[in-house]
Amino acid sequence: MRALSKTLIVAFRVLAVAPIAWHVVSSLKSPHELARIPPTLWPRDATLDNYRELFTRRSFGRYYANSFVIAALSSLLCVSAASLAAYGLARTRASIRGIITASLLMVAFFPPIVLLFPLYELVRAAGLVNHPWGLILPYSALNLPLSIWFLTGYFGQIPYEIEEAAAVDGLSRLQTFMKIILPLSAPALATTGMLAFIFAWNEFMFALTFMNLESAKTITVGVATLSGAFTYEIPWGLLAAGVVASSFPLILLVTVFQRRIVAGLTAGAGK
Amino acid sequence: MRNPNQKRPGRGLEALFYLPAAVLLVLVVVYPIVRTTFFSFTRTTLDTGFQSEFVGVQNYLRLVSDSRFHTTLWVTTSFTVISVALEFALGLLLALGADSFVRGRGLIRAFFLAPWTLPTAIIAVLWAWIFNDQYGVLNALLTKAHIVQTPIAWLATPTSAMASIIIADVWKTTPFVFLVLLAGIQNVPRELYEAVEIDGGGAWAKFRHVTWPFLLPFVFISLVFRLIQSFAIFDLVYVMTGGGPGGATETVSVYAYQTYMRYLDIGYASAQVGAVVIILAVTTYVLYRLLLRRYARLV
Repeated sequence: MRALSKTLIVAFRVLAVAPIAWHVVSSLKSPHELARIPPTLWPRDATLDNYRELFTRRSFGRYYANSFVIAALSSLLCVSAASLAAYGLARTRASIRGIITASLLMVAFFPPIVLLFPLYELVRAAGLVNHPWGLILPYSALNLPLSIWFLTGYFGQIPYEIEEAAAVDGLSRLQTFMKIILPLSAPALATTGMLAFIFAWNEFMFALTFMNLESAKTITVGVATLSGAFTYEIPWGLLAAGVVASSFPLILLVTVFQRRIVAGLTAGAGK
Repeated sequence: MRNPNQKRPGRGLEALFYLPAAVLLVLVVVYPIVRTTFFSFTRTTLDTGFQSEFVGVQNYLRLVSDSRFHTTLWVTTSFTVISVALEFALGLLLALGADSFVRGRGLIRAFFLAPWTLPTAIIAVLWAWIFNDQYGVLNALLTKAHIVQTPIAWLATPTSAMASIIIADVWKTTPFVFLVLLAGIQNVPRELYEAVEIDGGGAWAKFRHVTWPFLLPFVFISLVFRLIQSFAIFDLVYVMTGGGPGGATETVSVYAYQTYMRYLDIGYASAQVGAVVIILAVTTYVLYRLLLRRYARLV
């Protein structure tokens, strides 16, 4: 059993990396080499042409900037709203906390397609179609339930004596929150913010529906709809480069924060 | 946790802490849920000028006789059952033997996590190319190993297209199930294993009587989470096969999306979505009864 599991772990590591590695290799091939059957396993003449075309002849720079602004601002907004609410929750009566936490989980239960059309109506009525805020507001709200849940657990572990000392020094609730609680919780805030960032970067359905202009598209929609822009043949080299380029920031984040992501995910599950 | 000092300044303003989160959630989640429920009892189409006419349960009755809806339900259910079962079995096996992983170096762990963090729509592009019949690497490897003679058109036949989508989904989400279950396994008090050993129990007894009972809440969380995500799957199918060939991989969310955005039949699409919510609620309740109630009795 144990030997089997260990073999499985090694196999899974290979399987997790191989498809991504294959795209890195393919993105470096010329169109001519990509058309070879069977495909070559290693590029003969590695070239960055695919990346060059993405960022110069197509609007990838724009997609990238859009995704970055939307993910960063929605993550910031989400963490701000979530930390305020979580602080209130962590310091309120247990019965109230139970009711609010349960309602939050109920809210997180609904699949996004349920929200799609009414949200589209709202976004359109607010004139936010093709505007970054048309996605920033929905994304920050969708991330709230799990962020509040996670941060409430974290704030609850901060000893109340620290706040009593702050009260003696004459700090108000808000000042205590800003000057004491937030700095103490920096690691938890960073994890929450990063998970919110990744969610926003990855979201597809709302981004596809609310942003239809080339100049407003996010990178995820940009790569996924790239092949539709060509009538005759699918530009696999460009697609491979698009896959790699759009995944790169995420792989970087995961590499730097992997310990925190694991801790963050499992802290939520433990309660 | 103690109650806050009653005489603290700004106590009356406590509700303000909840205000930003409450406003966002009401606008983006609560209001749309209410509105979709409302739409599901109306006829709201291009013909009505998107004015809503109340029609009672007519949209829900239409679901009963719509064979395309039945097919999407069947497709969605088989996709969900097969992929969640596979992810769960693999995730559990991995978690049980995970000691080496926990000690594994950061970069390796990051690579292991990578599939889970990548956008699902991008994963769809990634696997679509691997499964490509002419230039795809899968056919190249299979022919090289003499497993197949002629390239297989993976995304062009119903069964293999479904299998391809399941493989992509399992690839993406097994790390998630694994991480949640691993957290559960690490929560088990080690003394209990020693107790089983003293009683002469082997690996199976340890799993059956110690690990599994403690794991139940984690099993519940990962299952519910995955069921909801998988039953509502949209991006993977929409990008990888577009629901094809011939509707063989069309899930309820993809059908509902088309009904909303292409056929502009808002009332009927809302009823489709309503059916999804009802199915998910019932399944979650059944899982709760099966797993968590038992856990509560055990502990």
